Amino acid sequence: MTISRGARYILASLMGVGLAFIYIPLSVVVINSFNSSKTFSWPPTQFTTQWWVKAAANEGVRSALRWSLLAGALATAVALVLGTALAFAVARYTFFGRDLISLLVVLPISLPGVVTGIALNSAFTKGLGMSTGLLTIVIGHATFCIVIVYNNAFARLKRMGSSLQEASMDLGANGITTFRLVTLPNLLSALVAGGLLAFGLSFDEIVVTTFTAGPGIQTLPVWIYNNLFRPNQAPIVNVVAAVLVLLSIVPIYLSQRLSQDSATGGRI
Amino acid sequence: MHKHPRARLGALLFAPGLWLVVAYLGALAALLVTAFFTIDSFTGNVLYRFNLDNFHDMLTDAAYKNVFLRTLGIAVAVTVICTVIAIPMALFMAKVAHPKYRKILVALVLTPLWASYLVKIYAWRTMLEPGSGVIDWLLGPIGIHSPGFGGSAIILGLSYLWLPYMILPIYAGLDRLPNNLLDASSDLGAGNFHTFRRIVLPLIFPSIVAGSLFTFSLSLGDYITAQIIGGKLQLLGNVVYQNFSINLPFAATISFIPVSIMALYLWMVRRTGALADL
Repeated sequence: MTISRGARYILASLMGVGLAFIYIPLSVVVINSFNSSKTFSWPPTQFTTQWWVKAAANEGVRSALRWSLLAGALATAVALVLGTALAFAVARYTFFGRDLISLLVVLPISLPGVVTGIALNSAFTKGLGMSTGLLTIVIGHATFCIVIVYNNAFARLKRMGSSLQEASMDLGANGITTFRLVTLPNLLSALVAGGLLAFGLSFDEIVVTTFTAGPGIQTLPVWIYNNLFRPNQAPIVNVVAAVLVLLSIVPIYLSQRLSQDSATGGRI
Repeated sequence: MHKHPRARLGALLFAPGLWLVVAYLGALAALLVTAFFTIDSFTGNVLYRFNLDNFHDMLTDAAYKNVFLRTLGIAVAVTVICTVIAIPMALFMAKVAHPKYRKILVALVLTPLWASYLVKIYAWRTMLEPGSGVIDWLLGPIGIHSPGFGGSAIILGLSYLWLPYMILPIYAGLDRLPNNLLDASSDLGAGNFHTFRRIVLPLIFPSIVAGSLFTFSLSLGDYITAQIIGGKLQLLGNVVYQNFSINLPFAATISFIPVSIMALYLWMVRRTGALADL
């Protein structure tokens, strides 16, 4: 390789500066959750775990966590079915408008969340006369989760090719048997990775949720947002924030183990 | 598999098509159409009579023009900052670091994407707090002080949020770039900088475009970052958010700006083939 020694050192130090830029704010969040001061003070002078204990027992946090898990699981289930079906259609068939699908699936994550949010809200409440709740959150979340499952499944289907399926059919298996014994086992790890990433996206979403949740439901991000400017809640918010930072390692770890299709784990 | 291909295709496309086209695009279209209606200033109900008053108001009021230019400027600044930070990091990851560390570096860059969006902006509130924040504590001794909450804070916060979206496509692009191209360039007498500008940059341009799709579009529609670290500053997203409950047609009118910019951008990006890079 021809990059000169000097240039290598410069790139290495810029990498270091970049990683410091990425990780210092996240470390501050984690450290701050042990800060014994009730009001924000940096640097912390004393440390405590009492806020972690209080946060674990906080009913608002626990209920928000339950709603987030439920909405995330349902949205992921819908996205898995729709995203996989779409990936099959695009990877295995030719049809009018096929090229537009890559554009259509990416639209919900590229257009501003606030526009998607108010569009869905007014369609649900004014257009269809529905009241906002779990169902509307799931519809909203699934819309932008489809792209993640689609990308993962599509990449795997492309890599697999259709020769295995054709061999199975030639050997006398019907469509359902082929899907169950040949296609699905090959696709499974990509679907698990895609589902996991879709769940992560739904779990973290705030903007569309704000407009589709209605007054009765708070997901975890909505709970954080509503308590962000309440000084007496700050220690609890700090703990929830720290937990979310630490949990972000899980999807990365799992997706790196599950899917070799893309280094990004299909998030982008 | 080959007996009824059309019927199977129809079955595969039916549900996702219904969802994305009818539910999503339908709702979006219905919202955008509302922009051509007005509300009764007395009752607050939407009056379904076609007119262009909202567009007239939006285009003639200097306040909205300022918000628009500010938002556009911030989205461009964030994209430029992310590109400038991302290129050396991606270069190091793809071409300098030992191959066995590459996966770890990718994971290190990728992990913060999964830390909650809100938590990251909250972290920057702690960082930027004037006087008592981490920036003043860490960099104060060398004479760098927090810019406080406002436009610079928004640019900093958004660049932080979307940086991984720029690093990863550039890294993927560089990873695909054969090393012998660099060797050939150097054998022909080009220095580091020359090779970068004439060989590397043109070849990773589609990756930069792919990354900018996220840094630009996500900045264009943001309102929560502005609420948390923007001080009193407003972006297009804030105007949409505030008008949502009091004047939906006007919120829809403002929505036209980011939606049409993004539609144009996606269409142009699609022509460069960068969508295939995502």
